[in-house]
Amino acid sequence: MSDGAAKLTREQLAARVARDIPEGAYVNLGIGLPTLVANYLPADGDYFLHSENGLLGMGPAPAPGLEDGDLINAGKQHVTLLPGGSYFHHGDSFAMIRGGHIDICVLGAFQVAANGDLANWHTGDADAIPAVGGAMDLAVGARQVFVMMEHLTRGGASKIVERCTYPLTGVGCVKRIYTDLAVIDVTDQGLRVRELVAGLSLARLQALTAAPLLGGI
Amino acid sequence: MIDKSLFSPAQAVADIPDGAVVLVGGFGMAGMPTELIEALIDQGARELTIVSNNAGNGDTGLAALIGAGRVRKILCSFPRQADSQRFDDLYRAGRIELELVPQGTLVCRLEAAGAGLGAIFTPTGHGTLLAEGKETRVIDGRPHVLEYPIHGDYALIKAHRGDRWGNLVYNKSARNFGPIMARAAACTIAQVSEVVALGELNPEAVVTPGIFVKRVVRT
Repeated sequence: MSDGAAKLTREQLAARVARDIPEGAYVNLGIGLPTLVANYLPADGDYFLHSENGLLGMGPAPAPGLEDGDLINAGKQHVTLLPGGSYFHHGDSFAMIRGGHIDICVLGAFQVAANGDLANWHTGDADAIPAVGGAMDLAVGARQVFVMMEHLTRGGASKIVERCTYPLTGVGCVKRIYTDLAVIDVTDQGLRVRELVAGLSLARLQALTAAPLLGGI
Repeated sequence: MIDKSLFSPAQAVADIPDGAVVLVGGFGMAGMPTELIEALIDQGARELTIVSNNAGNGDTGLAALIGAGRVRKILCSFPRQADSQRFDDLYRAGRIELELVPQGTLVCRLEAAGAGLGAIFTPTGHGTLLAEGKETRVIDGRPHVLEYPIHGDYALIKAHRGDRWGNLVYNKSARNFGPIMARAAACTIAQVSEVVALGELNPEAVVTPGIFVKRVVRT
């Protein structure tokens, strides 16, 4: 971006996603970038973070020296449990996910298509070892699936596409896309731009995006 | 008197035959029954089919079993990680078979086995590579994929405390797959940090009732 648009940092993007999570929501944050969202949820509110491996009411990382190998998140990082939090087995955990009890899930993505198809588990490369984890369950089960990603790949290609070329994680499951350039809703009419970063025009965003965008701010 | 507690991991895994389907608890290293797996490596069973969330982390536990060349096939949701080199090497060499299963589908296939169900329909994976060739059905307007139970011959799990009837409680997020694998295997073996007297585990808090557990070993 050489035209002066103020691309969001990873932290700013996380803060932006956090603003759309209401107090009281049951939320699953995917591995990687989405995990950062937890840092920007207001400390004085009750937000229920779920982790696939059996935690509800997940808290931040422990102080150095207080790590517990039996208390980790889905990314296998050390975490804590808030007062009021609970532990449960994988059957309960995926009933929460698949059963529609999780209000919001925030996932990273390789690609999102104009119809809400999500690809985030496999590049399809012959020598890649695929790993899916709980992504397909979250994609179909969470009441709202938010995607959080950089708008472009390192090579400058649009990660928003007309049709995913990578293998799908879920069909038509994404509701909203947060990138470092824009907030975009997936609607029945198509991709509707809700916000642009400062200094970015809709026309410029469209030029960077490999699927038709609708205005609507 | 019934006493399911045994003296050693070696005794607990002694009868696992070549070719067995073994469910291995744990999510990463949390809940990994490392001592039982070490005993299984020493015991020598080969050509095993392993069902576990991951395909081993680092060099201990499941990673060591895989590294020792004892595993013919693994069913798991998340094999590839920064520290899954034992699996990665064998997989790239074509020496281990992988059945990749979405995590929630792995869970409900195990639950179906433990609950005596013939199969389940799940919305997970519909329209993806992992559902290719599988029977589907539209239920309440939504497409579902038919998935079959995963029965274990053995389950190796790690719990926190157990008693001689096989009742178990777990520790924090190390619970993960333990309770559902305990139900899905013909012979469930639990390693625990402590074997306590009957009555010491609060009956309101028992997570796995002893009916699902055949052997308990303190490690």
